[in-house]
Amino acid sequence: MRSARSPFSIRSARMVLPILVLILLGTAPLYASLYTLISLSNVFMYIVLTVSWAVFSGPSRYISLASAAFFGIGIYVSAILGNVLPFPMVVFIGGLLSFLVALFVGLSSLRLRGMYFTIFTFGLSELIRHSVHWWEVNMTGTVGRWVVAVDQKIVYYAMLIIVMMTVFVAYTMSRSRLGFALRGIGESEDAADHMGVNVNAVKIITFAVSTFFMGTAGAVMATRWTYIDPSIAFNPLFSFMPVLMAIFGGIAQIVGQIIGATALTVLADLLLTKFPYYYMLSYGVILVAVILFLPGGLMALQATMKSWHERSFVK
Amino acid sequence: MSLTLFVDIAVGGLILGGLYALIAAGLSLQYGVARVLNVSHGEFIMLGALATYSLYTLFDINPLISLVITAPIIFAIAFLIHNTFFQRLRKSSESIGEFEGTSLLASFGLLFIIQNIALLCWGPDIKGYTYFDKQVNLLGAIYGANRLIALLFAIGIGLGFYFFLVHSRFGKGIRAAAQDVKTAQLVGVNIHRMLGLCFALGALLAALAGSLVSTMFELTPFMGLPYTIIAIIAVVLGGLGNILGSLIGGFILGIIGNLVTYLHPGLSLIAYYAIFLLLLLIKPTGIMGK
Amino acid sequence: MPILEGKSVVKYFGGLVAAAYVDFHVDQGEIVGLIGPNGAGKTTLFDLISGSLAPTSGSIEFKGEDITGLKPHEICRRGIARTFQLVKLFGNMTVLENVLFGSLFGESITSARSAAEKASSELLEFVGLSGMNRVLAKELSLANQKRLEIARAMATKAELLLLDEVMAGLNPAEVDKAVDLVKEIRHKGITVFMIEHVMKAIMGISDRIMVLHFGTKIAEGTPDEIARDKKVIEVYLGLEAHAES
Repeated sequence: MRSARSPFSIRSARMVLPILVLILLGTAPLYASLYTLISLSNVFMYIVLTVSWAVFSGPSRYISLASAAFFGIGIYVSAILGNVLPFPMVVFIGGLLSFLVALFVGLSSLRLRGMYFTIFTFGLSELIRHSVHWWEVNMTGTVGRWVVAVDQKIVYYAMLIIVMMTVFVAYTMSRSRLGFALRGIGESEDAADHMGVNVNAVKIITFAVSTFFMGTAGAVMATRWTYIDPSIAFNPLFSFMPVLMAIFGGIAQIVGQIIGATALTVLADLLLTKFPYYYMLSYGVILVAVILFLPGGLMALQATMKSWHERSFVK
Repeated sequence: MSLTLFVDIAVGGLILGGLYALIAAGLSLQYGVARVLNVSHGEFIMLGALATYSLYTLFDINPLISLVITAPIIFAIAFLIHNTFFQRLRKSSESIGEFEGTSLLASFGLLFIIQNIALLCWGPDIKGYTYFDKQVNLLGAIYGANRLIALLFAIGIGLGFYFFLVHSRFGKGIRAAAQDVKTAQLVGVNIHRMLGLCFALGALLAALAGSLVSTMFELTPFMGLPYTIIAIIAVVLGGLGNILGSLIGGFILGIIGNLVTYLHPGLSLIAYYAIFLLLLLIKPTGIMGK
Repeated sequence: MPILEGKSVVKYFGGLVAAAYVDFHVDQGEIVGLIGPNGAGKTTLFDLISGSLAPTSGSIEFKGEDITGLKPHEICRRGIARTFQLVKLFGNMTVLENVLFGSLFGESITSARSAAEKASSELLEFVGLSGMNRVLAKELSLANQKRLEIARAMATKAELLLLDEVMAGLNPAEVDKAVDLVKEIRHKGITVFMIEHVMKAIMGISDRIMVLHFGTKIAEGTPDEIARDKKVIEVYLGLEAHAES
């Protein structure tokens, strides 16, 4: 049926557009202002967090609120090892440590389902925050730490590379057998178990892998902020925002997650500068409106509009 | 340990425990019956506290009496929020598990909204007022009369709530609905009305607790979230879905919290979280869980 | 030659006995029915066999191997698959994806995708669901959902199929079709152990029937023997009398 397939021009646009965008982004440091680069790095950071979060929590329906913990681990690795090891190593170790901690967390919490899992992850993230704070105050004698600064262009490129790798890994996983197994777990964990899926192994591995890039992003962004403390590094907002962004854009597809993260980060920037007093309030209203009226996110809106279009214009 | 010290810690624990019991019971009503893990629960505490503060400082209304004014208003607001907002969310959810997830996120949005409206109304500065500041000597330990009165009120409300739950028809209906919605409907409980009423009742308890808090502690629009967390922990401790259990859970948490604060001040929050996580790993159904 | 054998299987839930020293066996190629009043412990027994629950004591052997206490996915790999009393399909996946899931994970991880797809399509045809590949599972009628669940279970290359109240909620015409399907399944060489409340169906199709009551096996035999068994009649008549009063 010809009407069910998009015209050739739209299909080729779908292929060309991302490549164009990547070229633009890749060459940006040559002509864009420092402010733009910093804003873009910020967007990349949220894309990494959102897409990483959705790799596990999307298909499995296990809503994790521990993203801040893994992001924060990367930040602290940067703070502690930043002047001891070369930058790429620090970034890698940030990701690795996140992965290992996530492995441990997954192993200990794998019997928890639904709401219990969610509040466990939140409690864990907060425990880490308060524990690091207590340790720093009582053992190390400081509260905050200074992070070795790195050239903003390097930060930009590092985040660009990380974002690309995150999206690539997320895409590959979703199309893989592992992703299929995870989706089954989300639909009916019992059934998946009975159909031969080692649900514990699948959950733990996917969860741990999804946190790797969160850790690397943290290690990179720390060098941008230069001063960090537990409230900054493990800020619960880093756990909630990815969830909100994924829902806003459309949790089911990576494109939706990217759009959601980008849109809300840009929106936050705008609101912060224009309405500093109403910024948080507007966020709350947007969140509520999205959850109530747009459960499928922007992607669902796009799908609805597409089907209207097809019904009205295509015979 | 001297008697004075013991009484000091014990009474302090009771005060905190009574407060936490009320807060926990409120959240337990909202989650146990309406299935909303209301992350904005603490904001209703804050509203109750700041409203009491304003009524006292602007109109000289006795904090214990202003309960009569603030409580019904917050009850009505919460009832409205549930019946327009969460009810609609419930209808569009495929399963109760999905509803629990989306309502959690939606209540997070509510937190943003309520907190920031409060910020616009009252400003970010720390507020407080002194009320009934006389010192009372209790077995050698000295207390502000306000704290003892708050304790009495908390216990009074708590006991009243307990008897209501156990002995009144409506209260039994609530407990039935929290245990098993379908069976409750079969024995004649009007679930649709129950959901909104329980949610509002939960907010009411929060507001009452907030009023009591305002007589003892400092107030800001940001004061809510720590209480929400404590409420969640207490509810899990008592057993998710078990309203009587949450009273007990809140009480225990308050006493432990006070003890830890005495032993090492910075550690109480960590202690709460540690207990919480261990609980989830070892016995997630809580002390009185099914 | 028993393909499945349970010896003195006991299951306690706190103080409640769900299974009390139940001995059972299913021979290769048989269709065995499991009946009993509600709450008798039938689904619990299936849970114990499929690995959802571990027995408090006793042992279960499949093809001579001890499978007591193994996890569901391990038991699936050894050749036992089941359907559920309340259908547990992957609702938001397509019909084909549901069956494909069983094909890809049910036997060994290395099954090739194209072979799995082919096997899945054949199974869908076998259960009577051809032409619905792209339909979402949650949009199917109940009867079709049950067929899909059976197809998915068979996709794991199971040698023993545990069917839990497959005919519940079906109208008489659908029940007849379901009976035919079970016969076809046996024809393929797959052993069937089924829980059922629709008496006409299960009495007509089973080689042997087991009766559970309060977690105990109270009778076992051919459908004719069971229909005449005094204890069974008492249990069922007793229930009817109770229902009437």
